[in-house]
Amino acid sequence: MSHDKKFNSGKQHLVYMANQIATFFTSQPGDEAAENVADHINKFWEPRMRRHLFEIIERGGDGLSPLVLKAADSIRRPQAA
Amino acid sequence: MCGTENRFVEEIDYGTPAVKSDKTVTLTVDGQSVTVPEGTSIMRAAREAGVTVPKLCANDMVKSFGSCRLCLVEIEGRNGTPASCTTPAADGISVSTKTDRLNAIRRGVMELYMSDHPADCAACAAGDCEMAHMAETVGLSQNRYGMDGANHLAPAADDHGINFKELDVSNPYFAYDPAKCIVCSLCVRACEEQQGTFALTVEGRGFESRITAGMDEPFLQSECVSCGACVQACPTGALQEKSVIEIGMPDHSEVTTCAYCGVGCSFKAEMKGEEVVRMVPYKDGKANRGHSCVKGRFAYGYATHKDRILNPMIREKISDPWREVTWDEAYAHVASEFRRIQHQYGRGAVGGITSSRCTNEETYLVQKLVRQGFGNNNVDTCARVCHSPTGYGLKTTFGTSAGTQDFDSVEEADVVLIIGANPTDGHPVFASRLKKRLREGAKLIIVDPRRIDLVRMPHVEASYHLPLRPGTNVAVLTALAHVIVSEGLFDEAFVRERCDWDEFQDWASFVLQPENSPEAVEKASGVPAELIRGAARLYATGGNSAIYYGLGVTEHSQGSTTVMAIANLAMATGNLGRPGVGVNPLRGQNNVQGACDMGSFPHELPGYRHISEDATRAIYESLWGVKLDDEPGLRIPNMLDAAVEGSFKALYVQGEDILQSDPNTHHVAAGLEAMECVVVHDLFLNETANYAHVFLPGSTFLEKDGTFTNAERRINRVRKVMEPKNGFADWQVTQEMARAMGRDDWNYTHPSEIMDEIAATTPSFAGVTYDLLDREGSVQWPCNEKAPTGTPVMHIGGFVRGKGKFVRTAYVATDEKVGPRFPLLLTTGRILSQYNVGAQTRRTENVVWHDEDLLEIHPFDAENRGIRDADWVKLKSRSGETSLRARITERVAPGVVYTTFHHPATQANVVTTEYSDWATNCPEYKVTAVEVSPSNGPTEWQEDYDAHAKKSRRIVHVEAAE
Ligand code: SF4
Ligand code: SF4
Ligand code: FES
Repeated sequence: MSHDKKFNSGKQHLVYMANQIATFFTSQPGDEAAENVADHINKFWEPRMRRHLFEIIERGGDGLSPLVLKAADSIRRPQAA
Repeated sequence: MCGTENRFVEEIDYGTPAVKSDKTVTLTVDGQSVTVPEGTSIMRAAREAGVTVPKLCANDMVKSFGSCRLCLVEIEGRNGTPASCTTPAADGISVSTKTDRLNAIRRGVMELYMSDHPADCAACAAGDCEMAHMAETVGLSQNRYGMDGANHLAPAADDHGINFKELDVSNPYFAYDPAKCIVCSLCVRACEEQQGTFALTVEGRGFESRITAGMDEPFLQSECVSCGACVQACPTGALQEKSVIEIGMPDHSEVTTCAYCGVGCSFKAEMKGEEVVRMVPYKDGKANRGHSCVKGRFAYGYATHKDRILNPMIREKISDPWREVTWDEAYAHVASEFRRIQHQYGRGAVGGITSSRCTNEETYLVQKLVRQGFGNNNVDTCARVCHSPTGYGLKTTFGTSAGTQDFDSVEEADVVLIIGANPTDGHPVFASRLKKRLREGAKLIIVDPRRIDLVRMPHVEASYHLPLRPGTNVAVLTALAHVIVSEGLFDEAFVRERCDWDEFQDWASFVLQPENSPEAVEKASGVPAELIRGAARLYATGGNSAIYYGLGVTEHSQGSTTVMAIANLAMATGNLGRPGVGVNPLRGQNNVQGACDMGSFPHELPGYRHISEDATRAIYESLWGVKLDDEPGLRIPNMLDAAVEGSFKALYVQGEDILQSDPNTHHVAAGLEAMECVVVHDLFLNETANYAHVFLPGSTFLEKDGTFTNAERRINRVRKVMEPKNGFADWQVTQEMARAMGRDDWNYTHPSEIMDEIAATTPSFAGVTYDLLDREGSVQWPCNEKAPTGTPVMHIGGFVRGKGKFVRTAYVATDEKVGPRFPLLLTTGRILSQYNVGAQTRRTENVVWHDEDLLEIHPFDAENRGIRDADWVKLKSRSGETSLRARITERVAPGVVYTTFHHPATQANVVTTEYSDWATNCPEYKVTAVEVSPSNGPTEWQEDYDAHAKKSRRIVHVEAAE
């Protein structure tokens, strides 16, 4: 079908979701926003999603908000597939 | 095992409702001394003393009226013979109910009644007519009047029958035969007091008086919502279930729980042999207190519908027709396919989906199968698409993922705020209880884009309706908080004692920011600032304030934030921890709460314990004898993504129709199509089954034992009243699958053993056993050593997490925005007579009320587009398009359109988008930018889809399939 999708790939969707999480924690007080983003992703994202996220980051993190990039250090690296 | 020894559940009718009072009075009735709360009727006091007074026009569900004169009594020292149903008991009086004088009067009364009662009354014959019963009780043996005088029985040639009215069979489920009606007005009172619909009236006076529905219309055309309360109340069989007329009276019954919505009403399933005669709401049911709605009461016919599939089936490719096989073949096939796929693609390539329509025990087994049997955490539930933000939001703020109250609590509420819910359609029995409280004077605030019925209906008028633009819940709730904080209306003592004061102060400074003021929010939300201010003041200062919310809160990209905004409001105003207040999610499907409790989410074990907690995993590891994966598994959307990518290949779906209920139908279809083994376990060949390779027939709630947990955390028993038509309850099928996969440690012989395992491993369920449930009727979790009979109200004296947590709730506009191409906002919902994706209700007579999904559109928007009422229109969004008929109405604001999603032909989810809640990925169903234009009929996709569905439902019947 010829409809314009918002996300042309799963990766774009993933970037969008990560940024949504970052937006929420940016609005919270304190200076733990990056840890909170990482914690949320560790708790709810399965390894496959995190693997994709790291792939995006390793390719320059195009589109990811700075807070997600900052959080990357604390996001659990999934074991190799 | 579960010896289904046939019993008949009888309930006592006390004649008039219970009265609450601190004072009591003591009297004697026929020599028996009895003490009752002041204000109790003599009739009720007598019944409590074990004395049954004859009666026709009273029951204990509605106020007495005193018209039949059968219940007369004598009181020592007083003149006359007062009606016991309308006379209050007084201290020290001595009442006689059986004197010669009274007997003579009663016989006279009954003789008159019977002279105008049809001799061939089917209800009398069936033993379901109080008239016959009373005639016998008072010893009436002859009728001196005969049937020749003026009567209501037949359209006589002379004018004797002037009062005759035709039989009304317009309602699909019950008939009204005016000839049998004695105008006792019990039905009128039931409709007013219990249901709150006011559909019935007594027209005329004296002998001419008649009961009429609506404006003297057939029931079906009137405002009647077919709740059945009047039928239950009718003492004469004038109002009678058609099923009783057709099948006759039931011979045994069991108490069970409705399988439709999250109210979780208790019913007596009244049976004749293996056939349901009727479902009668159970007075001791603590969720519904003897009331019901049309779905639970009448819409059970799907259980025996011809579309039900009763034999397992398999096929190689989804383009092949189905082939019936034996259960053993089906299990062996599933086991070998899942084994092959895991071997070939990895342990994580398979998963399961639990159902919020199945029992707790069945849900528990599916997640156990995934975690223990498949060795991963790829289990999810369709509750994701409705209430996952409730889980996240309430756990964060209060420490537990559940509503705070029981339904009784509404009886003590002074102000009720409803946001994103439409209880009269979605949770009808709760709505009736709410309306009763509103008639007693409680105030109502509604926050909803549509003018839902509760905004204004007979005897209900909301004090405030905030008609916000879809997608702006957070802005409006934060503005309410702004008013409460800026005007000093918060409950400082409560906050200081129960919540984290620093967090409160931070939150207060946040809500005070100018962008959160009602004036600023007015722009985004379209709600006049004055309405926001007024509503905030009423909520904060009106006494006990309770919030009830539904999917209009959760199904947004800020769903979790909205739930936290609601929690903030309740904490700030001290409206938690006692009856009459609280935060109450209204759950969609019957067992959404239970499905969430039972560990259906990929990151959580039962009882909301994160999979990464070593201690929790250890409990299950030692019990199940396996090592559990400590990583969260795939959620439904991730499973579909992974399937399209090629890493997820097999899925077991119990009792859900993800193709119809999940967002973005195209994506779901693509994901399913990419899998190699999709196992659907359901009653019908649902839409998901079009993509399945194995079909396992499911069983209905009437055919199994188990429990459902309703929106108030109440664990209610489901009791088997008939043998499964497909041969096995769903828990047995899951067990056999597990065993075929080599889990021969699965040896449950009854669901009670599964509950024992749940209790042994889950602290909040520690005290739950079937024995306890049989004894108590039901319990609300937490049920453990500290609360041996459960917990009606949570967070009394303190929060589960310790201090209540205030969370900043910054409004983030959804990226789903209107623009020149898609200028309207679509929001979705449901209606009373249909349920969810409609698989069950569409297979009942309920279709007379809703045979297609309609698009509600404001006259202004309709006119601009040249659309007339009932025209076919095309509904188009970025994601897709569909066609349906328009209904022009001012219930929706200009710029907003609305539809339901009960019918697969409509495929409303073809147009909804892939946006979702930031925290839980609950899809954003409630906001989609769309355009609407005239059209000639179904779209190409609808026609293609229909053709595909027809093709994929072909079955080749094999003779020997036993
Ligand atoms: S079925 Fe319910 S709504 Fe209809 S008339 Fe009877 S009590 Fe009223
Ligand atoms: S559908 Fe809901 S309100 Fe209606 S009878 Fe069932 S549980 Fe009760
Ligand atoms: S029952 Fe009391 S007057 Fe009818």
